[in-house]
Amino acid sequence: MDPSRKRAIRLSVALTVALLLAGALVYTSFSAGREELTAAQLLRQARPGQSYVLAGTVLNGSVHRTGDALLFSVRDPKQHVAVPVSYTGEIPDPFAQGRAVLVTVRRGSGAGSGFIGQQNSLTTKCPSKYKAAAASY
Amino acid sequence: MAAAGRVLLVLALMCAVYGLFASLYGAQRGGGAWVHSGRRAMYSLAGISAVCFVILDVAFISSDFSLQIVASGSSTTTPTFYRAAAIWATQQGSLLLWVLLLSGWSSLALLATRRRVREIVPYAQAVLFALCTFFTGLLVLFANPFTTISPAPTEGAGLDPLLRHTTMMIHPPMLYSGYTLLLVPFAFAIGALVSGRVGVEWIQVTRRFALAAWLCLGIGILLGARWSYTELGWGGYWAWDPVENAALMPWLVCTAYIHSIMIQEKRGMLKVWNASLVLLTGCMAIVGTFLVRSGILSSIHAFVSDPTLNISFVGLIAVAVIGSIALVVWRRDRLRTDAQLDSLLSREAVFLGQNMILVALAAVVFWFTFFPLISEAITGNKISVGPSAFPPFIDPLAIAVVALAGIGPIIPWRRVTPAKLRASFAFPVAAALLALVVLALVPGVVGHGFALAIFGAGTFVVASVAQEFVRGVRARQAMTREAAPVALARLVRRNRRRYGGYIVHAGVALALVGVAASTSFQHSRTAVLAPGQSVSVDGYRIRYVRPTAAASPQKITLGAILAVSSRRRPVATLHTEYGLYPSQDPMHAIGRFFNGSDESRVGLKAGLTQDIWTVISPNVTPLQGLISRGDVLLGRALLQAQTLPPAQRAQQLNVLFAYRDAIIRELTQRFVARPWKATFLLIVSPLVTWLWLGAILAALGGLIALWPLPRRSVRRRPSRPRDPLRAPDRAPETARERVAA
Amino acid sequence: MDLVIIFVVLAVAIYAISGPLLAARGPAAEADDPVAGDPATVIEPGDPMSASDGPELDLIAELEAARDAKYQEIRDAELDLRTGKLSDEDYQAIDQTLRAEAVGILHELDRARESERELPSAS
Repeated sequence: MDPSRKRAIRLSVALTVALLLAGALVYTSFSAGREELTAAQLLRQARPGQSYVLAGTVLNGSVHRTGDALLFSVRDPKQHVAVPVSYTGEIPDPFAQGRAVLVTVRRGSGAGSGFIGQQNSLTTKCPSKYKAAAASY
Repeated sequence: MAAAGRVLLVLALMCAVYGLFASLYGAQRGGGAWVHSGRRAMYSLAGISAVCFVILDVAFISSDFSLQIVASGSSTTTPTFYRAAAIWATQQGSLLLWVLLLSGWSSLALLATRRRVREIVPYAQAVLFALCTFFTGLLVLFANPFTTISPAPTEGAGLDPLLRHTTMMIHPPMLYSGYTLLLVPFAFAIGALVSGRVGVEWIQVTRRFALAAWLCLGIGILLGARWSYTELGWGGYWAWDPVENAALMPWLVCTAYIHSIMIQEKRGMLKVWNASLVLLTGCMAIVGTFLVRSGILSSIHAFVSDPTLNISFVGLIAVAVIGSIALVVWRRDRLRTDAQLDSLLSREAVFLGQNMILVALAAVVFWFTFFPLISEAITGNKISVGPSAFPPFIDPLAIAVVALAGIGPIIPWRRVTPAKLRASFAFPVAAALLALVVLALVPGVVGHGFALAIFGAGTFVVASVAQEFVRGVRARQAMTREAAPVALARLVRRNRRRYGGYIVHAGVALALVGVAASTSFQHSRTAVLAPGQSVSVDGYRIRYVRPTAAASPQKITLGAILAVSSRRRPVATLHTEYGLYPSQDPMHAIGRFFNGSDESRVGLKAGLTQDIWTVISPNVTPLQGLISRGDVLLGRALLQAQTLPPAQRAQQLNVLFAYRDAIIRELTQRFVARPWKATFLLIVSPLVTWLWLGAILAALGGLIALWPLPRRSVRRRPSRPRDPLRAPDRAPETARERVAA
Repeated sequence: MDLVIIFVVLAVAIYAISGPLLAARGPAAEADDPVAGDPATVIEPGDPMSASDGPELDLIAELEAARDAKYQEIRDAELDLRTGKLSDEDYQAIDQTLRAEAVGILHELDRARESERELPSAS
């Protein structure tokens, strides 16, 4: 076979595979991905029974433990809004007030209830370098 | 000394800027003296960076809290080793380390090439200086490590306890060495493209830097994984965290590059591909640094989110990416080659396939890592993809890479006959099939397709590498009659790239077998136990024997001793601890000892077949009432002490602090004297140790491949190609006479 | 102390950086790097020994690199034969091809060295 034709065939095969891979990646990302919401967005958009990824900073003075549950509030980085979360599961070592966290939550049942954190879904940023603006509202 | 540091940083920036212009001027005007002067400027920059680094490190070690970063990142109670290394736990210190390493490696590269690739070096030098200028500029303008505070505090904030771990002190320099070493072949590739000298020489002079970068990045990744496993209390070593991925992506692309440059060296093929790969690795090194330094992606590692730094980095990445693409497109005609693949049954074809898969792996990691930003750009919302999205793509690609890692060593360059191929494949395939059959008989294994595939492919790799060593030793012995160990040593010594590479393949295969086993067959359980109670995990009985506790003004430790037994026979004793470090909270004199930073000390019994791992998560709620009372009482007493005259105040405060320490000790001892239930995470994981051993083996192979051949004097006449298995000739002929025979 | 450090570093840097420029303006300017040490002891294979700069020298260096790579290929093919990866027929064919390619490079190298010798030497 002509070498340039061979090259063209190989290129076509490689491009086809690459396109298939790209398509699978895009599909997986949008179908399996979870939207990261700030506290303000969560309060606006959260519907009962649906899970969301809450991103924000642990409000100073909001961390308490009752039995197995860890209670804390996550504040919005840009607005004076905080969301109370009741979480059970593994608590990452770096977790503390003032640290940035990601936690998967769903709205609790009952009016006025906060959010319930999905077990073992809490992640925290590295503490030694993170400098959070002081916030105790 | 801070003033000296600030001035020296400015001097460093001036050196970098001068070097950039001197190199470009020398390149344009053919002025060797300007290029040489530029090279000296790089040496000077490296020297100045080293002096700045020493000044800063001395400040850390001597706890000079007049420097802001020392006050925020160290303390008098931080052990000296961690104080010396805390410099790169800060944003500014790590940027300074980056400049030091980049200027150091650049100096080494320029020294090594001072008489070679003379048309390429000026441009490569200019690129390196441009990068040095960028990072030094960041230091001088936005992240000066010599910023002082006045008055200087008497005590610093301290190094975060999670970082007080030996691996974490070595991990950043290793990663930064990897990133900065990658920029050397990157710069020389740009030099080659700009000058049009796209032959093989620039690859030869920078190959070792690429290999060293691969080695350093790999070691950095390994250390990070080890820290995660032994320090963080979640029991894993890899979480597809964005910053973990930031090191993995350039490592994968670099792996592809160091393989495919062999094809260009031998066949003159894949010039476009290699140029694109090396430029991509350089861009990824900058992207990786950006990911780590910015707060742009949610990660356990992400640091200060500084918009100024972020914008600067994005600008640099844009210039690097766009410039790289433009250069490759501009020089595509020179990069074109007429050489063809002789056969799909050849090492070239295997390398090409492996390259595609490695780049695909990097693309998958890149896409999922940056998807939050991509989705935000498209939809306006940040959508994050969890770690569970990776395996469906990574697993099959990883299996393919491992399989090809076994095929590569046993297939020759150019072409091979089917008969020879069958002969070469027979033993490794048989070994792999045997392993699969044996494993299939083990209950519970068959259902784990990924693990089985990796076990089979891993066995294939190890068998093929072993076969290569045996064949090589036998071939040498047939000619030299040496003893096997001597033949082996000399075989490896004369063919370091080849056999070092084989060892790397075996190490990577073993490491991935460890990953497959530990992820597929892990047994994990969370149990709430009181002393005396026990729980079963994967056939082991784990009993909470007794609690432990210790208290000092720097740290409270609450721990547990656990006895592990199997079929009533003792297997191990584990000691796990939870460390509580006091916060700076002024409102809670006692409570601040319980609401600061914390860290876990893992209880670990590591073995060749499995690891038994545990952490304790003690609940301090039973102490909360006493803590609150202590806060109130001691708080009142401290306030009253403040109203006393100075001489009496100091005395009273000493008494109160001693009282406070006694309360802390008493509270802590309650955990032992009147223990309550604690939560334990218990994990039994098979073959985790294979991951560490495999990685060490791979690093050893990399070192062997990297090690230079012994120096010999230059001969004017080219010698004939030496027999790869025999000792050097006494009377060399010219190659022309040899080839004409 | 600060001033001393700054002064010393500045002096060393200026001396180092300006050295080549000042030397280039002298009568017996050498292109070889005085920092590298005695060129006679340079032991890197393929290093051009000529004192002159020029694209010819780079071409020679490039051809020497290609030659060294070709020699390595020949060695690798021989090793593949000895370790049983290649049949005798395949080895003969590959070896012949490689040696022909090596001869081509050597001829080009000879031509490049001839033209480099014919050039007037740098003053």
